[in-house]
Order: sequence, then structure tokens, then C-alpha cells
Amino acid sequence: MSTQIRVLLAKVGLDGHDRGVKVVARTLRDAGMDVVYSGLHRTPEEVVTAAVQEDVDILGVSLLSGVQMTVFPKIFALLKEHKVEDMIVVAGGVMPDEDVIELKRMGVAEVLLQDTPPQHIIDTLTGLVKARGDR
Amino acid sequence: MARPYIPSLDLIEPAARGETWAVARLISRAEAGTPEVREAIGEIYRRAGKAHVVGITGVPGSGKSTMVSKLVRKLLDAGERVAVVAIDPSSPYSGGSILGDRIRMSDLVLDPNVFIRSMATRGAVGGMAHAALDVVDILDLAGFDRIIIETVGVGQDEVEIAKASHTTVVVSAPGLGDEIQAIKAGILEIADLHVVSKCDRSDANRTLTDLKTMLKDGLGSALTRGWLPPVIGTSSYDDQGFEELISGFGKHLAHLDGPAGAARREQISVFRLKKAAEALMLERLRRHPAFEPEGRRVAARQTDPYAAASGIVKQFSMEKPHV
Ligand SMILES: Nc1nc2c(ncn2[C@@H]2O[C@H](COP(=O)(O)OP(=O)(O)OP(=O)(O)O)[C@@H](O)[C@H]2O)c(=O)[nH]1
Ligand SMILES: [Mg+2]
Repeated sequence: MSTQIRVLLAKVGLDGHDRGVKVVARTLRDAGMDVVYSGLHRTPEEVVTAAVQEDVDILGVSLLSGVQMTVFPKIFALLKEHKVEDMIVVAGGVMPDEDVIELKRMGVAEVLLQDTPPQHIIDTLTGLVKARGDR
Repeated sequence: MARPYIPSLDLIEPAARGETWAVARLISRAEAGTPEVREAIGEIYRRAGKAHVVGITGVPGSGKSTMVSKLVRKLLDAGERVAVVAIDPSSPYSGGSILGDRIRMSDLVLDPNVFIRSMATRGAVGGMAHAALDVVDILDLAGFDRIIIETVGVGQDEVEIAKASHTTVVVSAPGLGDEIQAIKAGILEIADLHVVSKCDRSDANRTLTDLKTMLKDGLGSALTRGWLPPVIGTSSYDDQGFEELISGFGKHLAHLDGPAGAARREQISVFRLKKAAEALMLERLRRHPAFEPEGRRVAARQTDPYAAASGIVKQFSMEKPHV
């Protein structure tokens, strides 16, 4: 049987908006996924600890504040420390093209920029989990 | 980075050592309820049984998650290792869910003696309560002293989970309507401890009085059970009532050590046995090859659903299981 896709959505950094994340959360729920939402202003340590305990398929980190180049290396180091290098990490938010390239080089599976159409988000996440296979 | 599938049996030892990734992965497998995990769950069950399982239930917005967060902090300060399982309903339309209880527990996340897991009501084979209790055993094996399950006190599954805990706490809150909400939801009877939350509010006194009056009417049945559920007022904002709540746990545990406790434990075991049997039966029954041809006959009105179903069940119960 196919199990439900589990996603953790987290906001890292200082910006105080979570309307966008909440819209994405509802989109994913309506597509049949279980979405753990952990709230605003999380640190990479908090996000990774939560993602490990929740054993999510996908860790979705959203940031608007331009801190992605420091946040993601930290996240990957922590995932390794927690022995969950197999977790799929997706970034969301606003960032320049060269950052997108750099993040993918670091191991971010996909970067979904603001205003990505909902169906594209769903298809991307579903595709990533499918490609990973059973675990 | 992909990695090879780790058989559930091989996850038991790292989980027993308290390695979070292994505990978390076993929980996912138990939740999915695939046949592969069953042997592991069986072994885990035999090794578990040390933790105190507390079910906390109450209508939406009654302050459960905020309370759990405060409660866990106190238990940690007392040197305990604590796990929280926060269960939220799935959307009946999509089967998906938004699990948001963690937001109120964010202070706890980085404490190495805490484990928090969110679960949705749907998605478990053979019912939610069955899977939730398997999850409890995994956490027990991993060495958590106290396991707290938060459920919304509406719906059959959620009530079953609360009843299957050692100690059931029913939360009522002021300001959510005139009635004690737990009565409407039919969950007043399952309480071993009553909590009136948000006692920093001026209207909390009325809720306390109403609840106590209500309980006096059912006094007889409580006394025959040998346990009178206390009513405890708490405030998560003012940090009130938590010592009383924790000492209530202690008293209820002491009560469970007596004859009443043996009956309770037996009742929980029978419940689990029934759920496990139902899950196995359903799984086999649903795969039965007769459904499609019989379905076509029902569609053509050559037979009716009841006659066809009773035929399939009869046939099914005579077949040898090959799982
Ligand atoms: N005045 C007051 N408000 C509280 C207290 N505890 C929680 N609240 C508020 O009550 C609301 C619901 O709190 P939660 O802890 O999320 O309640 P819950 O029962 O877990 O809710 P669900 O998980 O949605 O069923 C929030 O707005 C809290 O801020 C308290 O001790 N006093
Ligand atoms: Mg809650």
C-alpha cells in the first residue's frame, strides 16, 4: 500500500509572515498529504530536530530574508549528524537565480520560488518522493 | 541521498538505545501498518510496558497543547524523559491533514529528553487507536517514562485512544459556550482526571462549579469503580495547577496498582487484541477476489449487496489464511 506523504513546513529567520506557508500547507493537505507546521522564527536546529522526530519525507524550508546561504549548509550538517541524510530538502521563498544554482549544488532537491503554481508544487513533491522509493 | 531499506527488525536495537531516527522511522512504519513491521511490533510489545501513558482529550481550542507543553516542562524538571503524540483529524475530503500542535510546544523541541510526534487520524490500517498504541510501545521501548497522547475529543477513534491510556484527562475550558463541552461530546464519562483549563480567566470559576455539580450526579458510578475523578483547575498562562495535576497522576497510578488497575490493563489488552484481529481480517477480506465478480452481479441487480456480502463472508471464513 502507498503511505501518505509527510511534509514538514518551517519558516526560518526573522521575517514575520507565514501567510504564504499556510497557503502551501492547505494546498498540500488538499492533495492528501500530512503537513506538520512548526511555526515562525525557527532555527535550523529546531527545524531539523522536528523533521527527524516527525520522520517526514520532505523538509520544506521557507525563507524570505536572504539568509539561505548560511541556513542550508547548517541544515545539511545537522541532518547528517542526526543520521537522516536521506531526507529530501526543498527550499521556498524569494532568491536570485545564482542562489538557486548554489543551493541545488549543496543538495537542495528543488527550489520553489514564490508564486509557483499549486499544482506544480504538488507534482514536484510527489515526484521527489516517488523517485526516492520506499524507506 | 538514497539509502537501502532498513528492515523494521533491524531498527529495534537502535530505537531501544534511544536513537531518534530509528524511533521515528519505526513509528512511520507502525502508522502505515504494513505487514513487514508486524514482527517488529510484536517483539517491541513484549519488551515494553514500563511507561505511564496519559491520554489528554477535550474539544478543539480547550488549551490542550499549551497545557501539554507546560506539563512536559515540569516533568522534565523532575528528571523524566517524556514523549508526546499529538493527534489531529484528517480532512474527510482529501485524507490529508495539517498538524499544528507542535507550534505550541516549540519551547521543548531542543530538549534531548523530549520526543514530539504528530499523527493524523486517517492513514492507519485497522483504525487509529490500534496504530497509536503501537506507537506508544515504540516510545516505551525507547525509554520514555511518560507518554502523553493529545487527541481532540470528538470522534470514535480519538475517544478510543483516550480510553486505552492508563490515565485519561478530559479538559474543559471556560468561554467555549454555556454547557460543559465534554458532556455534549460524550467524553465526560471517560475521565480519570478532569481539568478546567484557562483558570486565569474570570469565567473559569463558573466552569469549575458547573463541572463539579455535574459530577455529583454521577457520583454513584464513580464510587463503585473505586476512583473519584478529581477536578483540577489549571492555567498555562499563570503556571497554575500543574503540581496538583502531576500528583493526580501519581494517585491514579497507585489506584491502578490495585485490583481496579488489573481490570483496566486487561480491558486495554482485550481492546488491542480485538483491533489487531480486525486489522488482519479486514486486510485479508478486502483482498478477496470475489468482490469484483459479485460487484458486477450486484450492479446488474442479479443479487443484492447483503446477500452477496454474506456469501463472500461465508466463503472467506472457511478459507485458510495464507499470510
Ligand atoms: N486565557 C488562557 N488561554 C489559553 C490558555 N491555554 C491556552 N489558551 C489559549 O487557547 C487557545 C487554544 O490553545 P491550544 O493549546 O492550541 O488548544 P488545543 O486544545 O490544543 O486546540 P486544538 O489542538 O486545536 O484542539 C489559544 O489561543 C491559546 O492561547 C490559558 O491557560 N489561559
Ligand atoms: Mg492542540
